[in-house]
Amino acid sequence: MDFHFTDEQKAIQSLCREFARDEVKPRAEEMDASAAFPYDLVKKMAALGLMGLPFPEEYGGSGADTVSYALAVMEIARADASTAITLAAHVSLGSMPFYLFGTEAQKQKYLVPLARGEMLWGFGLTEPQAGSDAGGTRTRAELRDGRWTVNGTKAFITNSGTDITGGTTITAITGHDERGRPEISNLAVEQATPGFTRAKTYRKMGWRASDTRELSFADAEVPEDALLGRRGDGLKQFLQILDGGRISVAALSVGLAMGAFDESLAYAQARHQFGKPISKFQAIQFKLADMLCQIEHAKLMVLKAAWEKDRGEDFVMSASLAKLFSGEMSHRVVNEAVQIHGGYGFMDEYPVSRMYRDQKINEIGEGTNEIQRLVICRLMGL
Amino acid sequence: MKIVVTVKLVPDTNADKRIDPASKRLVRTGVETVLNPFDEYAIEAALQLKDKAGEGTTVTVVTMAPESGKEVVRKALAMGCDDAVLLSDDGLAGSDVWGTAYALAAAIKKSGFDLVVCGTQSTDAITGELPGALAEFLGVPGLTYVRKVELNGTTLAAERETDNGYLKVSCPLPALISVTKSIGEARYPSLKGIMGAKKKTIAPLTLADLALDAPVGSVGAKTEVLALAQPPAREKGKVVHVADGAEGARAIVDFLKEKKLI
Ligand SMILES: Cc1cc2nc3c(=O)[nH]c(=O)nc-3n(C[C@H](O)[C@H](O)[C@H](O)COP(=O)(O)OP(=O)(O)OC[C@H]3O[C@@H](n4cnc5c(N)ncnc54)[C@H](O)[C@@H]3O)c2cc1C
Ligand SMILES: Cc1cc2nc3c(=O)[nH]c(=O)nc-3n(C[C@H](O)[C@H](O)[C@H](O)COP(=O)(O)OP(=O)(O)OC[C@H]3O[C@@H](n4cnc5c(N)ncnc54)[C@H](O)[C@@H]3O)c2cc1C
Repeated sequence: MDFHFTDEQKAIQSLCREFARDEVKPRAEEMDASAAFPYDLVKKMAALGLMGLPFPEEYGGSGADTVSYALAVMEIARADASTAITLAAHVSLGSMPFYLFGTEAQKQKYLVPLARGEMLWGFGLTEPQAGSDAGGTRTRAELRDGRWTVNGTKAFITNSGTDITGGTTITAITGHDERGRPEISNLAVEQATPGFTRAKTYRKMGWRASDTRELSFADAEVPEDALLGRRGDGLKQFLQILDGGRISVAALSVGLAMGAFDESLAYAQARHQFGKPISKFQAIQFKLADMLCQIEHAKLMVLKAAWEKDRGEDFVMSASLAKLFSGEMSHRVVNEAVQIHGGYGFMDEYPVSRMYRDQKINEIGEGTNEIQRLVICRLMGL
Repeated sequence: MKIVVTVKLVPDTNADKRIDPASKRLVRTGVETVLNPFDEYAIEAALQLKDKAGEGTTVTVVTMAPESGKEVVRKALAMGCDDAVLLSDDGLAGSDVWGTAYALAAAIKKSGFDLVVCGTQSTDAITGELPGALAEFLGVPGLTYVRKVELNGTTLAAERETDNGYLKVSCPLPALISVTKSIGEARYPSLKGIMGAKKKTIAPLTLADLALDAPVGSVGAKTEVLALAQPPAREKGKVVHVADGAEGARAIVDFLKEKKLI
């Protein structure tokens, strides 16, 4: 057992910490208020190599490991959750399917510009009628004369409609087996496809500067080679993507909680009541101790899952445990952070009010708390 | 073209600094070591020159520091410098500006150079004297407080900051400059740079490799720190009570005049 980071992991962590502090944090309040997608920050993250962090250099990536990735997401989320989810969804959801399941040609065409951060890509699993029950997909794709015709709707798709989005990979029913069960496959649908439209971004409670849209497919035709991975493996492939995605959402929760803790510690020392800083009241001190304790707990869980993944071990249970615990932990921590801030914590100009809103989705996206418990129970063999 | 950047490793600028009363040296244990922030501008200046010159120009980092400083040197390599020289020897401990410059000059001569780029000052001892001393030992022109630099063949053109403007100067290469913040924000290391840094060489150098003629370290020091004292605590601000804005403005103007600020 060794709790030391490697030199590279430390260097990536400190780079992201500096970048988040100097470039992201000063923008967070304005981005939240305007709900404007941060193109400039994406460009800067691309220049640093963050947008392709875990992918090999030959595909335009930086070739770093999952532990570094988790540390990077934590540091960015510490400053701003919208920027962090833009990065995390880009790497874990948008780009990863091409890396894991793409043909060499698909990797060259899509993964390379994605890893360089020149393009974004959506991951289209959820539908209005198929959320937790992701297998309940209704979107259909029919293969005729060497072309797929897609019909259906996807809901809540991150990074799907920015000016630099190249397309979205979706799950769609591509047939039925002999027992009549749907065969689900993945198709990479490019933005310019006729019949493929994106609605305006949702108006959201949190992650306001991230791009989330509803997608419609009305006789949208894509070439046969838009198929990603094996026909019929679509749901299995996407669930595999979500296993890894849990590490990044968990890291995002930890980072957000770290940010709320930073704010609370500073505020508690600056705010005076009854003639002394409120940090001198044991009630406040204990809150801070509990917050730090829970953050450390979640962080260790996330890093363990990432470490297992880097070693090529089975990390599915660890990632689920980390995602569930970190999501709920961040809820408790942001709640106490606002409490420590008193009435000021309810005001938009204090970052903790934004963090409080940004937190909730951590318990919903990429598998709700309930679904996470289901996954854990299934892994226990129950 | 070979550019050498001198960097100092200093205790984290945000950490509380303590001086050991017995040795009168800075306590460096338990404090994180970082690149002297002023030297990040020196690295930036060198990399800008390299970016402009293109192929065939290299940037070598030279530092005199304990061996544990390797990891910090990697940051400079991650930013884009090509290789590094780490001059480390117990015999160097306690060197003053004279000894540091003397030993560094020998190390730089050994590695070869066309241009040496220094920061203007460190954030720990802050003498700001090293660049001048180093130019002297290297026997090359030394242009300090440079805010803009250009290379044209074997000539260097620079703008040197002064209290009330700047001087345009030029000199032949080889030469030494120290650069100010105005050179431009230091770049972040990229992930590629970070991943590539471990493959770059940090060449170790000891006193034995330099074969110096004069003693360095505390034995060779020309200066002796006699006493150290805390700077006096800042005095309380002056509070003036006035009847209205006009009187307030006058009070402020009088105060500024008294301080000869206007
Ligand atoms: C901002 C944002 C970004 C998103 N980005 C993406 C994206 O990029 N790609 C993508 O595909 N999706 C994305 N999603 C969708 C997200 O993954 C889903 O919202 C989530 O999986 C839950 O699905 P649902 O909203 O339909 O809720 P439902 O499935 O309708 O769940 C409603 C409630 O019922 C509970 N529940 C459901 N089934 C069970 C059960 N069997 N047992 C116990 N409880 C149950 C749930 O836990 C929840 O509490 C995003 C969502 C948001 C809000
Ligand atoms: C509290 C304190 C007081 C001191 N007082 C004195 C004193 O009065 N007289 C004296 O002679 N010495 C003194 N020293 C010793 C002095 O710190 C060292 O000699 C030091 O290496 C050079 O001085 P500087 O840090 O002031 O560098 P500066 O001249 O402030 O630094 C300018 C530039 O020189 C380069 N540089 C400096 N040090 C190194 C290095 N080790 N390796 C590579 N490049 C370097 C960097 O580019 C830096 O930006 C003192 C040290 C301490 C800790």
